[in-house]
Amino acid sequence: MSTELIIATVLGGLTIGSSLMVVLSHHPVRSVLYLIVTFFLITANYVLMNAQFIAIVNIIVYAGAIMVLFLFVLMLLNLSKENEPRSSLFMKIAAALAGGALFLVLFSVLKDAVFTEYVAVPGAESMGLVKSLGHLLFTKYVLPFEVSSILFIAAMVGAVLLAKRDKQIIE
Amino acid sequence: MVLATIFESGVGIEFYMLLATALFVIGVFGVLYRKNAIILLMCIELMLNAVNLLLVAFSTYFGKADGQLFVFFIMVVAAAEATVGLSILVLVFRNARSVDIRLFNKLKD
Repeated sequence: MSTELIIATVLGGLTIGSSLMVVLSHHPVRSVLYLIVTFFLITANYVLMNAQFIAIVNIIVYAGAIMVLFLFVLMLLNLSKENEPRSSLFMKIAAALAGGALFLVLFSVLKDAVFTEYVAVPGAESMGLVKSLGHLLFTKYVLPFEVSSILFIAAMVGAVLLAKRDKQIIE
Repeated sequence: MVLATIFESGVGIEFYMLLATALFVIGVFGVLYRKNAIILLMCIELMLNAVNLLLVAFSTYFGKADGQLFVFFIMVVAAAEATVGLSILVLVFRNARSVDIRLFNKLKD
């Protein structure tokens, strides 16, 4: 077994373990912290696959911005273990069965997928850098890029509008 | 020796397919298992990340950068979705003093 295979296996196992803890831990703040750990482990997977730009963006956007937002809302709402909504035992068993069945179906479909052998493309080691991705972003994908900025403005306006109280909007 | 990618060292694309499938299924399981609406949003983020991981793996495997740009766009959509979803939840909590997802059943009446 090569060193890379061991590193990839350990990283994958840790990722699955911490994402399971997100679902199974009862305290909401603990779930958020486990989700941050999961995002950092996924970032490590990206670094392993030579996607450096995506790795940095993943840390900045997911572990930085989105998780701070989640943690902030959680602290604001002041949820505790006592008023945490619980699902019934029947629902828990049904969820486990449905998840297991979905995994079985997806796994048995993907197991038989056949791929061409990996061939190293020239310049593969610099593919995930800002230079090549930025060039592609501003030539081939410039329209989706501009549309996503409109999406951001819509989300920003929507969030402000929703978070305001009704009276303030009327005045 | 510096390897260009992890796939040169004997790690197959099947490994990452299995990992992404497991992460996605854990996200689906979490959506069905928990009743706290904030944790449901977090499980949706987990599912998006599973798809991102698979896109990056295929992008590296086939040597095409397009997959990594799609990950970038998915992150944009996820950020917008988290903002609007959390502000809706804050609004629900302000009216009902709870973040139980079953509160949304009242929308039927």
